[in-house]
Amino acid sequence: MAWDRNQMAQRAAKELEDGYYVNLGIGIPTLVANYIPEGKEVTLQSENGMLGIGPFPYPDEVDADLINAGKQTISELDRSSYFDSAQSFAMIRGGHIDLTVLGAMEVSEGGDIANWMIPGKMIKGMGGAMDLVAGVKKIIVVMEHVSKNGDAKFKPQCDLPLTGQNVVDMIITDLAVFRRKDHDSKFELIELAPGVTQEEVAEKTTASYDVAL
Amino acid sequence: MKKIYESAEAALDGLLEDGLLIAAGGFGLCGIPERLLDAIKASGVKDLTFVSNNAGIDNEGIGKLLRTRQVKKMISSYVGENKEFERQYLAGELEVEFCPQGTLAERMRAGGAGIPGFYTKTGVGTVVAEGKEHKDFDGETYVMERGIFADLSIVKGWKADEAGNLMFRKTARNFNLPAATCGKVCVAEVEEIVPVGELDPDCIHLPAVYVNRLICGAPYDKKIEFVTTREREEA
Repeated sequence: MAWDRNQMAQRAAKELEDGYYVNLGIGIPTLVANYIPEGKEVTLQSENGMLGIGPFPYPDEVDADLINAGKQTISELDRSSYFDSAQSFAMIRGGHIDLTVLGAMEVSEGGDIANWMIPGKMIKGMGGAMDLVAGVKKIIVVMEHVSKNGDAKFKPQCDLPLTGQNVVDMIITDLAVFRRKDHDSKFELIELAPGVTQEEVAEKTTASYDVAL
Repeated sequence: MKKIYESAEAALDGLLEDGLLIAAGGFGLCGIPERLLDAIKASGVKDLTFVSNNAGIDNEGIGKLLRTRQVKKMISSYVGENKEFERQYLAGELEVEFCPQGTLAERMRAGGAGIPGFYTKTGVGTVVAEGKEHKDFDGETYVMERGIFADLSIVKGWKADEAGNLMFRKTARNFNLPAATCGKVCVAEVEEIVPVGELDPDCIHLPAVYVNRLICGAPYDKKIEFVTTREREEA
């Protein structure tokens, strides 16, 4: 049984450490916030200018001046702080954020990531994704293992325009987990979703990787 | 010198002309200078270039000026959720320069701080870095990005004192602070103007030196793009 969206988020949450400052992307990455391990203090950063994102507000506490980077209303915590966009990206670019979890359309075996544009389709922009992958200490990609057409998304080279070059540290898909020690090392297959075989992963992956199960 | 004006129109008097480069604050619809945008729309100036993280949504924020075809070019990081934008862009009627969000904020900050260019890792190896100067520092490659020197800054704050010292509220600070600093002239709109002495000098986000003209734009009917809530637990 492949992992579902929540299980992928749950797996990503196992990478959180006590004291981490973390930025979560939109989509499955946002779900990671629901699985912060008990006893670990994790502070979520929102790139529009907040540290310490609280849960969605009660209906009578909705505040137009308090939103996350996905433009959804949120709430603040006792330990929250606010700042401007230049300060927000100074902490991202400056390596002060420990971990980011992002979605992707493609990841290459060399750790390149493509997640912002498909040529020929309407381009919405990269938002903060290029800054996040360039500056955050650890980059985890959470994505479906294959595209809607069944094509491999973890491949030798990205075909789509890049968001960042040689930046990804870990890939969590619905089928498996890949990790690499550093940016000069090859990715290793380290986990399989329950009931998924190595052969199935190999069949649906065109990137070259080592097996370290 | 009196910085306070009666209306957005009065505050912009003598500042507007065709072809201006305008830096605008806001993230999505949060903290956008809506009174000033309305006044720019009403003035009819055209061929404007906006440096702004987003382009509003259909008929909100800068979206209103897209509809009246007053915008020639956008310099932004994200422009989704805007059908008129999409139409003009695909028809080749609107020029767009995509800039990573953090680079955009830093370009404004740098311009305001008198820094014409800086090096960043963001975008190296992507289309964003094509044609730009690269330089290695300590074994890593960086790309040079330019500071933004705008003709006019328009921003939205929460409270200001009569001297022009300004405070923002929660995540509505966003691009308003760097945008305010990078224009030759900055016009700010706020929800409340209080006498000098009422704001704690230790809690000023934007010192008065950056604010040239000021209006009270209240009352505001702030728009929210996505209202998300949770249920209140039973007592």
